[in-house]
Amino acid sequence: MTAYIVRRLFATLPVMAVVALFVFFLLRLAPGDPAAIIAGEDATSEAIAAVRAKLGLDRPLVEQFVVWLWALLQGDMGVSIFSNLPVTRLMAQRVEPTIALTLSTLFVAVSLAIPIGVVAAWKARKLVDRLVMGFAVLGFAMPVFVLAYVLIYFFAVQWQLLPVQGYQPLSAGLWPFAESLILPSVALGVTYMALIARITRASMLEVLQQDYIRTANAKGLATDRVLLLHALKNASVPIVTVIGIGIALLISGVVITETVFNIPGLGRLTVDAVLKRDYPIVQGLILVFAAAKVIVNLIIDISYAFLDPRIRY
Amino acid sequence: MIFRIMAGLAAFALPFSAMAQEKVLKAVMHADVRVIDPIWTTQTIANIHGALVYDTLFGNDADQKPQPQMVGKYEISPDRLTYTFTLRDGLKFHDGSPVTSKDAIASIKRWGAKDGVGQRLMGFVTALDAVDDKTFKMVLREPYGMVLESLGKTGSSIAAIMREKDAQTDPQQQVKESIGSGPYIFAKDQWVPGSKAVYLKNKDYVPRTEAPSSFAGAKIPGVDRIELIWISDPQTAMSALVNGEIDFYENPNTDFLPLLAKAKGVKLMKTGVIDSTQGMIRLNHLHPPFNNVKARQAMYYLVNQEDFLRAIVGDPKYYRVCPGLLTCGGPYENDGGTAFFKEYNPKKALQLLKEAGYNGEPITILATTDHNTITPATQVLIQAMREAGINVDVQSMDWGSVVSRRAKKEPPAQGGWNIFITTSGGVGTANPVLHTWIGAACDKGLFGWPCDPEIEKLRNAFGMASSEDERKKIAKELQTKAMEQVVYIPFGQWDTPLAYRADRIDGIVPNTGLAVLWGITKK
Repeated sequence: MTAYIVRRLFATLPVMAVVALFVFFLLRLAPGDPAAIIAGEDATSEAIAAVRAKLGLDRPLVEQFVVWLWALLQGDMGVSIFSNLPVTRLMAQRVEPTIALTLSTLFVAVSLAIPIGVVAAWKARKLVDRLVMGFAVLGFAMPVFVLAYVLIYFFAVQWQLLPVQGYQPLSAGLWPFAESLILPSVALGVTYMALIARITRASMLEVLQQDYIRTANAKGLATDRVLLLHALKNASVPIVTVIGIGIALLISGVVITETVFNIPGLGRLTVDAVLKRDYPIVQGLILVFAAAKVIVNLIIDISYAFLDPRIRY
Repeated sequence: MIFRIMAGLAAFALPFSAMAQEKVLKAVMHADVRVIDPIWTTQTIANIHGALVYDTLFGNDADQKPQPQMVGKYEISPDRLTYTFTLRDGLKFHDGSPVTSKDAIASIKRWGAKDGVGQRLMGFVTALDAVDDKTFKMVLREPYGMVLESLGKTGSSIAAIMREKDAQTDPQQQVKESIGSGPYIFAKDQWVPGSKAVYLKNKDYVPRTEAPSSFAGAKIPGVDRIELIWISDPQTAMSALVNGEIDFYENPNTDFLPLLAKAKGVKLMKTGVIDSTQGMIRLNHLHPPFNNVKARQAMYYLVNQEDFLRAIVGDPKYYRVCPGLLTCGGPYENDGGTAFFKEYNPKKALQLLKEAGYNGEPITILATTDHNTITPATQVLIQAMREAGINVDVQSMDWGSVVSRRAKKEPPAQGGWNIFITTSGGVGTANPVLHTWIGAACDKGLFGWPCDPEIEKLRNAFGMASSEDERKKIAKELQTKAMEQVVYIPFGQWDTPLAYRADRIDGIVPNTGLAVLWGITKK
């Protein structure tokens, strides 16, 4: 197992190198010029050119790439073109809200989706199953931002139960922290919940038709033991896979959710940096997101070995 | 063990009493504070930041008349060539060091090297020397009537007074620290670019004794802490104001004004007449067909300002038709050249374009897709051009791409352009010297590069005029000439009211170029 993990970690290096190469050149090929944005509305072409020269953006692309890569290899992601602050500091400021939102969304989604998926499979083709599947279709079809606005309208503006926007760190108190995450987690979690519930149901339905389940039932085991210990454990590999895939979906979902709920996380940092053409931030973020995706995939693969004893690396 | 965990959770849940007693103003502005140097960029938000942190020698009042601010007394020699300024007592930077003549001189030089109005002023300055720690002299080569207005201007970039060591930074580079002598101290350690900028009350600030009026008079910090929060989604910002999570919303979307007007505790305040926004259609004078003045004048037939204003604003309460280039309602509003605006007539426009040599070649228009006013205005123009039978090449892109591409002087087929639409603040467009878009300085001018020495001569003459009557006369001549040359086509003027929680804050004054936040108090 250790050899496998080490091998997989080494395999991420070429992936990251390709990501770095693509990110750098695609950003430069895209239209837009940070110097023009910095120089402002009333700046002349000469003023823009002067800003561009000072930022080093007028140098050959290959030279810019080598400078950036060399700094990156030394752990330096550069500084924001606009705020002049190190990219690592800007990301560090934003990591906590994004992790909190991702974990709370995962918690909301997984803790609700798996039970309802199991129940739907257990009561297949009955009313409960239809309701669950109806919810899954609706949840999957509804864009995150639409649900977010609906939730804001009712829970924040009309009933004033929860805040419209913003994020409170844990250090501000447990309730302020939780309160700022409830609506975003639900808005983002519904799509995810729908996906996991459907996969759980499908996977459970397949397992429930196996001989060993019939045997367990014939032995007179309680239904909950059959469902949870015998069926769910054996159905868990596809569920864990989809949770892993869903984490990648969460990254894009976080961008929208953080914007609508005004959560100062990595998603908003990405959008703002792209709109402002703040190249160092975009480059750094995409590398971090790519690394996160690779690590999540690795964790999922490793978890298979624990869930299914037949799988060995 | 359980008791310990519960005690820990209770401690987390307790509010911080010190924080609760602080008077905090939470304001959502039109953009986020990303740049802390108001000279390096002309971005309005950087100048709102600058106006909180830095002080200026003069401050223009609500009528745009310059009044001394950091300057205690000043003298103008009878020949109007020498200005002697003496700084008032008690001025200190946020690091505790006193403000001296050296700081003021270095700051004026940096601002004068970067800002358009500053550059014009410095073109007249032959010497800028310290007399002593608090007094310095500015000597001009010939009389210039806009010295004090320029130093006190409230549009970007303000003539912010920095520490000498900061002001010695190359104007093409951003200063590393934001340490001024203004009413609020920038809390850099609490700054989260793209989310929040925090300003703490400057307890050592010594305000003037005169009544506050825009950037003039007493600047008395009204709250302990100002948080400029950036909410990019306009609907979320509106909901946050209605819900009482923020106190002040600088630039609500016009679609939400009816909702805000009905919301409990929320009030709308129309900005000053002069602080409206003017819409501009900019034609590229370098390339056919608009390198021919007849083709440019033909475009007047495609602009019915009401069409644009209805698309952008909707409610006539917030807009006005304004055929002139100088802000309607401003001191130099006039009817010079407005006769060029005819009735909307697409056929006539096409006929005149053909007479000017247009043969159906594609006309490239930079169509931004993500701007709440420029996007609909561009669509109205595209529709009018299509109705006329003009071959329109619509290049859709985000605003960031437009600001980059509009700087390209190449022909449209090689990445250049023929038309783009922009807007400008009414404070700048009210004054021929501050109004950079009315200029026609050829290659050295703004995108579109109109070229007419006569226009530049008139702008200079305006600056040198010694009486208000003379200025008004020159303003009219200038506007006539600029409209004849079609430096741009105006498509109207509109206001964006401020929205605020009237049940929580007080002391809000209409914007005059930049938001005046320091005087806001918490109830």
